Formats: sequence, C-alpha cells, structure tokens
Amino acid sequence: MNDRFAFTIDGVEVQGRPGQTIMQAADEAGIYIPRLCSHKELAPHGSCRVCTVLVNGRPQTACTQPAGPGIIVENSSEALLAIRCNLIEMLFIEGNHFCMFCEKSGNCELQALAYRFGIMAPKYPYLFPTRELDASHPDIFIDRNRCILCGRCVRASRDLDGKNVFQFVGRGPRKRIAVNAKTALADTDAARADKAVSACPVGAILRKRVGYGIPIGQRMYDAAPIGSDIEAARAHPHK
Amino acid sequence: MAKPKVATTSLAGCFGCHMSILDIDDRILKLIELVDFDKSPVNDIKKFTGRCLVGLIEGGCCNEENVRVLQDFRAHCDILISVGDCAIMGGIPAMRNTIPLKECLDEAYLNGPTVYNPTKTIPNDEEIPLLLNRVYPAHEVVTIDYFLPGCPPPADTIWEALTALLSGKPLTLPYQLIKYD
Repeated sequence: MNDRFAFTIDGVEVQGRPGQTIMQAADEAGIYIPRLCSHKELAPHGSCRVCTVLVNGRPQTACTQPAGPGIIVENSSEALLAIRCNLIEMLFIEGNHFCMFCEKSGNCELQALAYRFGIMAPKYPYLFPTRELDASHPDIFIDRNRCILCGRCVRASRDLDGKNVFQFVGRGPRKRIAVNAKTALADTDAARADKAVSACPVGAILRKRVGYGIPIGQRMYDAAPIGSDIEAARAHPHK
Repeated sequence: MAKPKVATTSLAGCFGCHMSILDIDDRILKLIELVDFDKSPVNDIKKFTGRCLVGLIEGGCCNEENVRVLQDFRAHCDILISVGDCAIMGGIPAMRNTIPLKECLDEAYLNGPTVYNPTKTIPNDEEIPLLLNRVYPAHEVVTIDYFLPGCPPPADTIWEALTALLSGKPLTLPYQLIKYD
C-alpha cells in the first residue's frame, strides 16, 4: 500500500498505516509491547500504563498513541522494564492476589507479565485491602480482591455485549468496579457468555463451575511467556 | 574444608515446601555430599550449632514465635531464601489479613458452626505464642536475599537455586520455573 510509512521501534524499522496506534503497528511487525488494559476487540483505555514506550524521548502509552512517519520508539530499555515491573508489582500489593488457589492462575495476564519480567517478589509492602465478593449471580462471580481496574469489563459490556453491566465507582484507593443494579450482579442482565466475562485479564470476573479446567503445564502461560504469539509472527528476528 | 551448612524452617506454612525439598528425589544424596544440614525439621536439630551459608524459610510470620525464629535465622545465615508463596506474600494464612483478629478468634472458638466450647474461652495460655495482628511476609520482618515463588516451588527450582548458590553462580531461573502456584 502506498500510504504506508516507516518508523522505528528499538532501532528496528517498522511499517505503519494511518490510523494505527503504535501498538497495532508493533503487533503486525511481530514486536511485543507489554500491555494489560488493552484488548484487541476493545477501544484503548490507556489506564494501566504498562505499554508505556518512549516516543521521540517522551513517555506515551503505545495503545493510544498514533504511529507516525519517522517517529523513534523505544520499547525495551532497562528503564522502561523497571517502570513496567514497578507497575505490575504495585498491582500485586494493591489487591489480594492469592495465585495458589485462583482459578485463573496460569491463564492470568497479570501473573503472566510478572513471569515474563522475572518478578520473584514485589519490593513494596502488601496492603491486604478489604474488598467485596459478589457471588449472587448463578453463572458468574466478581472477586474484587483480584480486580486491577483495567476497565476491560466496562468496555466489553458496553461496546460488545451492549449491556452496560459494569462501571467504576469511587476514586483513588476506594475506586472499585460496580454493577448496574440496585444491589448485586444477579440483578443485572449479565450472562455467562458475555464478552465482559472473558475480557477480564485476571480472576476478578469468572464463570462458575469451571474450576481448574486445564491441567498445570498446559495452561496459556505455562510454557512460553505472554507475547510469544506476537513475537513468533515476526518475519525477520532482530536482536 | 568443612561442608557449608544449610538450615530450614517452616513458619506459618503447611510443610508443603519442605515436601518439595524432599521431592528432589535421589538428588538428595548429592545434596548431602555438598552440604550439612543444621537446624531443620528434616533432621530435627532444634538449635543452631553454628554459622550457616543458606537458610530456607517456608511460611510467613503469623505469631511472635515465627518472628523470633526468623530473626534467629537472619542472625545465623549468610543467605536467607524465602521459599514459597507463604514466605513471599503470606499465602493462605494471610487470608485472615482482611479480617480483624478478634473476629477470626471468635469464629474459630466461639461462633463457628462446629465449635463445642462450653467455657467460652479463647486459648490464652502463655505457652501459646501470641498471634500477630496479621500475617507478615518474611521480607517485611527481616532482610531476605532471594525469593523462590510457588505453592510449593517445584523441586527443580529449589535444586537449581541451591546448587547455583553453593557453586557461587548467579541465581537465574528459566521461565518455566517461575510460578506463583
């Protein structure tokens, strides 16, 4: 196509098209930019900041920042890795993430990023906040202990399911995910097959009666790090 | 040259991580050639006999005795390793951290559906270590040098870590051995 333009990510030349974000162009080029609140089927949110890259030296979220001709993107420097590690570690200490009994373990994107970054333990003290669980619905439940406020369920329910079941309430440390009903999830029109459920990157919104469905060793991130699928698509690997 | 010494302990843990240590199978014979075990439930030595190279900590701190033992380990070991999720983040015992201690004790000894306690007393003998207000990860009590996550960490993780440290190599685990479950 004629309207393609070139820019670089970590010195590697990448082709972009008008209207593409840096992340979309990177994905096509087989370069993985770590992300958490971003989801292929959803409008970008730019809230988790994990995909922060330097664009011509300035920090920008790759999921929201348009690609442009000639821009110089830095994605995998030590400094950016340190920022991303800090973000992931803060998400771990800010909630109650008991991986050992979480049904999402092995398929969890938060955990997978920690694995990819080689985080052995967070450097910050654990907060152990009090968070509410909502198991009122017959088919799905919300465990806010694991919620990282990425807003994927909000966007998926609104834009894909057309239901508007979830929304944020409160601010700062009291910010939490709420449901569009007087009392509980059971009073909403949320359903088992909703995209809002499958869009959750962690174990905060799960289907009931699934349990530990996949044996250890065969789960999504057991053998290869998150982002490997994108990197595998890269035609000409560069060091 | 005397063999370096390894000490282990299970604080607020379930001994699962110690089971994982034993799960190195026949490599335990190699390990015995490489190290001597000092204070450890494995050999039932109760008190430190001297300086240790490595201390393996299973479990976080849920009571004052855990804190004393952990401080004792820090004082006697050159390298302290948090082994498993309980030492690293409190683990299952830390589920009580979002509930006030009194509520936990009341539920366990007074209000629980299967409780039989006619005198309505909550155990308070001075022989029983006092519970802490919440369960603390080991590194929030003393300085910890290395972390081996997992519930439990696979035997291979423990083996890789021990042999690397004993041979003075940097501890780098392959992707497949870093697991939080």
